[in-house]
Amino acid sequence: MSELLCTEGLARIETVSGRGMITLKGELESRRFRNVLAKALDLPLPGPLSCAFNGARGVGWMAPDEVLILVPGEEVPEALARLRNKIGDHHITAVDVSDARAQFRLTGPGAREVLAKLSPVDFAPARFAPGTFRRTRLAQVPVAVWQKEEDVFGLVCFRSVADYVAGLLVNAAAPGSGVGYFASGG
Amino acid sequence: MLRLTCPYCGAAADETELTPGGEAHLTRHGPGSSDEAFEGYLFLRKNPYGVHFERWRHAHGCGKWFHAARDTRSLQVFGTYSAQVTRPPQDIIDRIAATHPGFDWEAGQ
Repeated sequence: MSELLCTEGLARIETVSGRGMITLKGELESRRFRNVLAKALDLPLPGPLSCAFNGARGVGWMAPDEVLILVPGEEVPEALARLRNKIGDHHITAVDVSDARAQFRLTGPGAREVLAKLSPVDFAPARFAPGTFRRTRLAQVPVAVWQKEEDVFGLVCFRSVADYVAGLLVNAAAPGSGVGYFASGG
Repeated sequence: MLRLTCPYCGAAADETELTPGGEAHLTRHGPGSSDEAFEGYLFLRKNPYGVHFERWRHAHGCGKWFHAARDTRSLQVFGTYSAQVTRPPQDIIDRIAATHPGFDWEAGQ
């Protein structure tokens, strides 16, 4: 189950357990790729640096040949089967990476500032709005971070560095550490 | 601080999100080439105080290699472009020529 790491301070930070993650690789520009996403999981193909959600499912743009699909953990086997059924013998690969990655959720008006402290990405509200999905660096490790809705951010990193990332986030959100850089939060 | 826009994902990437890949547009000299050509390919690199073409990888982002043209003296970035080309696009050469009149890419190769 999800574990609450921090409630006081700049943001509410929790680990998100039991979420399923599937990496889908292929030629994103092809009609086949778009059809596989739409017909297997009823998800649109997001453009570069963006993500899309449909209920409990989501999809984020990772690279010109890769997307990350987010589904509830228990749906992974069925989702994989549906994807592979639609892929057939085409050159698209779907792999369950749920156990390879750790997921976090940051909520609250100061969440934006917590992330901005740790990453070189411009987190200004006008530049990083709901629907933005960006792979970047959090202190010393690679992560992908997205904004689902106002004041709600998701983040994935490799599971091997999950403890490090948890420590970073909690430290950056420590009570009294607000800088107030963004007008809306901090 | 160097910031390059990745031509593949469009992200304005900070230098710390990128991995440098050295000089761009090298011609590979492998088996069968002369010793001089192989030495040049393996060891000899330009180190200009001025216009330089470089390879970079968006390592903490979309993971793709790309090319960048910049001035090592003024730190002006003329642009970034696909790694799947053997010469810079004309619009980048034009932008360089705007600040470096008479710039000739071929002559520098």
